[in-house]
Amino acid sequence: MAATDSSPQTAEPAAPSVASGIDNRAARFTQRSLARRIITRPEIGSLLGAIAVMVLFLAVAAPIRNLDAAATVLYATSTIGIMAAAVSLLMIGGEFDLSAGVAVISSALAGGMFTWWFGVNVWVGVLFALAFALAIGFINGYLVTKTKLPSFLITLGAFLILQGLNLFVTRVVTGAVSSPSISNMDGFDSAKAVFASTINIGGVGIRVAILWWIGFTVIATWILLRTKIGNWIYAIGDDQDAARAVGVPVKWTKIGLFMTVGFMAWFMGMHNLFLFSSIQSGGGVGQELIYIAAAVVGGCALMGGYGTAIGTAIGALIFGLTNQGIVFAGWNPDLFKFFIGATLLVAVVLNMWVRVRAQRR
Amino acid sequence: MTVDKEQPPILELTDIGKTFGNIRALSGVSLSVRQGEVTCILGDNGAGKSTLIKIISGLHSYDDGSYRVAGEQVKFASPREALDLGIATVYQDLALAPQQSVWRNFYLGSELTKGVWPLRMLDVETMRDTADEELQKMGIHVPDIDQPVGTLSGGQRQVVAIARAIHFGAKVLILDEPTAALGVKQSGVVLKYISAARKAGLGVIFITHNPHHAFLVGDHFVVLRQGELELSSPRKELTLDDLTHHMSGGADLDALKHELQRIEPPDVGAVHELAEAEQES
Repeated sequence: MAATDSSPQTAEPAAPSVASGIDNRAARFTQRSLARRIITRPEIGSLLGAIAVMVLFLAVAAPIRNLDAAATVLYATSTIGIMAAAVSLLMIGGEFDLSAGVAVISSALAGGMFTWWFGVNVWVGVLFALAFALAIGFINGYLVTKTKLPSFLITLGAFLILQGLNLFVTRVVTGAVSSPSISNMDGFDSAKAVFASTINIGGVGIRVAILWWIGFTVIATWILLRTKIGNWIYAIGDDQDAARAVGVPVKWTKIGLFMTVGFMAWFMGMHNLFLFSSIQSGGGVGQELIYIAAAVVGGCALMGGYGTAIGTAIGALIFGLTNQGIVFAGWNPDLFKFFIGATLLVAVVLNMWVRVRAQRR
Repeated sequence: MTVDKEQPPILELTDIGKTFGNIRALSGVSLSVRQGEVTCILGDNGAGKSTLIKIISGLHSYDDGSYRVAGEQVKFASPREALDLGIATVYQDLALAPQQSVWRNFYLGSELTKGVWPLRMLDVETMRDTADEELQKMGIHVPDIDQPVGTLSGGQRQVVAIARAIHFGAKVLILDEPTAALGVKQSGVVLKYISAARKAGLGVIFITHNPHHAFLVGDHFVVLRQGELELSSPRKELTLDDLTHHMSGGADLDALKHELQRIEPPDVGAVHELAEAEQES
């Protein structure tokens, strides 16, 4: 799993410039060594961390040493990683979204209750939920760019508002604390196939969410490293005034990033909706911090301008491994949060150390 | 450096005035910039240098006088309009994103792409090679085009920002105190580069309060004082001493000197002797 993730970005900076550099200006050109280049990649800390955690659980938890367990670990990873991918893009762009966890539940509730209330095909509800989730992202982004207040505050407000609305609207519409089941409604099976099915590959049940997670990570990486918008995201997170001065549309890029988080919240919301067919209205709280933690463990700078989607995926993998490893090792699952916290601390210290060394060159 | 005086100025300000509320920031300032010529604007803090360049670069509007670019009267509403006419400003803060690579910064906001949407992607090879080539051409040797801009020296960063402005079609380059925060060697790098920009046929406006730096590269010198022209003179009518003299107050300084001479010197002399006596002891 790690091998497929790490190949594109390690190949990117090293190969071409070494070749073109040496022939034209041999002596003047002090190339950073390959080893230095690898060690200063944002992902390297999280990759080593993931290997360490993997080795730990392979050693202490015998039941984890098989493909089914690997599929379970990857699934746990994907439920964090899909959102974390969008959250990391936003963080690289220099902003936070504290409403990301609750927005997943809001989207799921919106889709589920819309479908149930109007008795329509679930795909209509799915599209309604998409519009709803994108609107949340747009409003967050619009308010942040318009008011220039820290996104921490704006999205903290959005987080509490959505949490309140989830409970309130669900109670008003259904008279209960969860949305009614939509499992017998038109289109449920096809929607489930897209968002929450399990595919059998070589006797191992692979959740489709894993494939989506890998796909989203690849797309996010491509956007960051190989598109104009990616260049803008890094620059905006780094120094938004500098970016604006050379003509980067800072406001729209940021709004787009918040809407990307909205899009992923919609996707995860649909995953939950079609997995369980009914959604608890009080869920999602605290997940936003797990996504942020995954991005930070994966090497994204808290203040923006630095990080990768691959690193974030590895950060999510560390949490997925920990989450399932604890269960397979027979430890108390209450320890999960403890391990996440400890991992986060170790990762930030390690990343800082690596970056200081990188600056020193 | 021979400057063809018959050539029409690319940028010409006549009797420009600007007031902020009841404060007169600039009045009666005239200035012209020709291609292949470096015009230095000097002045103390608060002399109106930054107001003047903000007017030239389109950040501020002006209240009196006229501003012509290539003979056309202009009144810019935004820096973008000035940029579109080829007037690029490199501010002290440079507008570079420190953690991004040199080539990404070079092309920031003007990225090259290839392919068709939705697979339209950055033309990384061309951008990296072109940025490297452009910098080489201007005599700047960045150790590694992939290194973060923040790891370059202050002088190199200035030069990258200048090279970028030139590459993207600047005809007039406004440099706001490019040597202010730099040591002697780094300043030398930037000054060499200003000279290269002039050779490339650009009109350069070099704002500084260091007359020594100005005199090394300038063709025309403008000294501002309290929002008015203290001096506007071509290089051949000026020596470094004149320039320094005008910089440090010029006519006012003369008047002060005169005044001081008229005051009978006894107490000054006494203090002076006292100081000398102290030094000897």
